Amino acid sequence: MTVNKWTAAKVARKVIDQEELFILDVRNTDAFEDWKIEGQNFEYVNIPYFELLDGVDEVLTKIPADKEVLVVCAKEGSSIMVAEMLSEAGREVGYLEGGMRAWSSYLEPIKVADLKNGGELYQFVRLGKGCLSYMIISDGEAAIIDAVRFTDVFLDFAKEKGVDIKHVFDTHLHADHISGGRHIAAETGATYYLPPKDATEVVFPYTPLTERLNVKVGASQINVEALYSPGHTIGSTSFVIDNRFLLTGDILFMDSIGRPDLAGKAEDWVGDLRETLYKRYRELAEDLVVLPAHFMIIDELNEDGTVARRLGDLFKENHGLNIEDEAEFRRTVTDNLPPQPNAHEQIRQINMGKIAPDEDEQTEMEIGPNRCAVR
Amino acid sequence: MNITKTLDAKGLACPMPIVKTKKAMDSISSGEVLEVLVTDKGAINDIPAWATAGGHTIIQQKTEADVLYFYIQKAT
Repeated sequence: MTVNKWTAAKVARKVIDQEELFILDVRNTDAFEDWKIEGQNFEYVNIPYFELLDGVDEVLTKIPADKEVLVVCAKEGSSIMVAEMLSEAGREVGYLEGGMRAWSSYLEPIKVADLKNGGELYQFVRLGKGCLSYMIISDGEAAIIDAVRFTDVFLDFAKEKGVDIKHVFDTHLHADHISGGRHIAAETGATYYLPPKDATEVVFPYTPLTERLNVKVGASQINVEALYSPGHTIGSTSFVIDNRFLLTGDILFMDSIGRPDLAGKAEDWVGDLRETLYKRYRELAEDLVVLPAHFMIIDELNEDGTVARRLGDLFKENHGLNIEDEAEFRRTVTDNLPPQPNAHEQIRQINMGKIAPDEDEQTEMEIGPNRCAVR
Repeated sequence: MNITKTLDAKGLACPMPIVKTKKAMDSISSGEVLEVLVTDKGAINDIPAWATAGGHTIIQQKTEADVLYFYIQKAT
């Protein structure tokens, strides 16, 4: 039987379209339990490749013959080996090209909405890590918010749309993933903005992203307005786009809220987080559609693959917005936090420009889920 | 520590370090020690996991100049 090579893009389609897929993950059990390809209708079996060196006969009964089967490993080498063994045993299977590394890197651009006068808003969904980046397009110009490090994806997309990137923003100094923001700005001549309170240690020039900063994109003047919203970091800033969308960065997610501890200051920042979520955001229009910088679980994706919900609905349904007692809120966001993201301190150093590890090292650092939220 | 055999798997990508380690292990006797040199970072977790699954013991491991050294005693 044939062994089919699957791209991360093909797997992404299966996730977004909520199709069925059987994944044979041949990484070691710790790696699988920590992080895997999530799909609402995916089934999994984890058998480390090194348990299959003598053959796959014993595991054939665990692998359905009537479903599409994809073999996945860290890079791809072991999945090819196992896929070939299964193929020799008469099964038609695929393997994921580039393995979980490729999955962690893949971005799917999805249109969130049309804006006034032909403008468009895109969400770039990094399914493998749960990162969300944004591009606002209007009359030949573009603004990008929270770009991940795969700068080519954004540059190519802008070229395809025939727009010049004019403004690049980071809502805060990220700790879970490496920002592509300042590199995109350097390549395109765009202005790169960072909240000054998060940037006290950065070693590159930037334009301060301050409260009420207002940037217009394109001749149709799509409004990008900054709203200071500290708590995940002391500089965390949200954006109101076109008076319709609220980009919350890592402050507010679909079913969770930002954690205040990734720069080691949970106790100091919990009050800011409370103030942002329970006062500043309450003053905004409930019809704003929240677009966060992360999703946590695949169930948070809408039918079209976007991650977006009305602010008023989140006020009702998001547990983190419904903790009346301040002391209880404090406990919730400082006690029993999930493990911190992989290599978060090194990632912060990279985002400050202090260290510049090579591509392979960056990939290793970003392995695993983002873990920026607390439920 | 008496090293019975050394396997140089430097520069090899997953799954080859484990495939070769298994073969080398098959060629030594119970209680003997295999030294494995690898550069593939996936080996940090995979070699101990493989060894444990097979009942072998990692008696020492170290990293020197980007090379990982494992000393694996064969199961008795």
